[in-house]
Amino acid sequence: MIDFIQSLGHKGLEFFQRLGRGHILIFDVLKGLPALFIRPSLIIQQVFSVGVLSLIIIIVSGFFVGMVMGLQGYNTLVDFGAEESLGVMVALSLVRELGPVVTALLFAGRAGSALTAEIGLMKATEQLSAMEMMAVDPVHRVLSPRFLAGFISMPLLAAMFSAVGVLGGFFVGVGLLGVDDGAYWSQMQASVDFYDDIYNGVIKSLVFGFVVTWIAVFEGYDAIPTSEGVSRATTRTVVHSSLAVLGLDFILTALMFN
Amino acid sequence: MTTRIAEIWVGLFVACGLAALLMLALKVSNLSSYSSEHGYDITAYFEDISGLKVRSAVTMSGVRIGRVKDIQFDKKRLSALVTMEIEGEYNTLPDDSSASIYTAGLLGEKYIGLEPGAGSNDCEEISLNDSGEIIIDETANKDCKPSVLQQGSELKLTQDSLVLEKLIGQFISKFIDDKGDDNKGSDSNKDAKK
Repeated sequence: MIDFIQSLGHKGLEFFQRLGRGHILIFDVLKGLPALFIRPSLIIQQVFSVGVLSLIIIIVSGFFVGMVMGLQGYNTLVDFGAEESLGVMVALSLVRELGPVVTALLFAGRAGSALTAEIGLMKATEQLSAMEMMAVDPVHRVLSPRFLAGFISMPLLAAMFSAVGVLGGFFVGVGLLGVDDGAYWSQMQASVDFYDDIYNGVIKSLVFGFVVTWIAVFEGYDAIPTSEGVSRATTRTVVHSSLAVLGLDFILTALMFN
Repeated sequence: MTTRIAEIWVGLFVACGLAALLMLALKVSNLSSYSSEHGYDITAYFEDISGLKVRSAVTMSGVRIGRVKDIQFDKKRLSALVTMEIEGEYNTLPDDSSASIYTAGLLGEKYIGLEPGAGSNDCEEISLNDSGEIIIDETANKDCKPSVLQQGSELKLTQDSLVLEKLIGQFISKFIDDKGDDNKGSDSNKDAKK
């Protein structure tokens, strides 16, 4: 019994310790950002591996999500004779919710796990210690550019996801199911507000980009330097960042669209 | 060489992302209908504006010529003060136009419909000639210009938003009244028979 309570306390303390370490790390990472603008090649390299390599999965899933929305929306709306509102439905749900959230989930799986594995392996093979020996701060040199790249890529990927999704809905709704071409766009433009919907969607994706890359970078840096530790850290990245995205999404939606 | 390709890809990626944002802004949202040219503000008092929102459309003959800029409650008049921004190019609206709140579609959004008046300045001279014909001389006062809506003008003639509950309430009360009358009528008939 005592052992149980003791282990509970230990777990609790460990949790808060990790939380504290995570916040100290993010401040350190943010401190390293200004120095990056002197060497933009570091950022470009990371934007390539974080953003460009995630492009295909984002665009393909965006198109399919848009097509499914078009199909499902049409089947529901046609019962009410309101299939002209298909564009509104597809665009609003993509721009407000699905764009930022699904992109963040895919981003956590595609880019976040890769970041954690890369940094974790650097730690396990003592590359980070070697950098410290050469008086190079590994947080500023390795973590900061990766963090910034994730922060930049995420809103761009979310915007592409939404745009491609709208086109996917257009393809199914107008191309296959015969919704009126003009009604699809004009009703969409009449109902989607730039500041209320698109601007808030971009803010959402920025927040998700921040959180997902933060978790990925931290888990990698904090991984136990063994192969098992790295694999566990990678799993934790995907699980924690998915949960964080979904939880934050609720809070952000409640703040923005009530 | 590999860094060059990476750089090109990153450039393409950022360009595509910004293009997607631009497409969302211009093609999906209503940003393209924001007018860059500033118009003029006119005001109107309504007893009931329920359903009207800031940025709702202001139309004339069904064409959007402006947007609702601000909605406030006037404490002194105990009614709603609606400020509308009319686009600058529509500067020939007569100043005695009337404003009504309509609903687009059955369950659609509320909007304000303006209907043009004749203009409170009379520029035509109407007279009777000897044979009794009415002569309308539009060229009599060349300097006279019809009075138009300007910055700060107030629309005097307004019609409130239709609230379905009120309408149904009126209908029901009328219905009940009619029934009451019928009952009275039949009662008096019975009295007469007695």
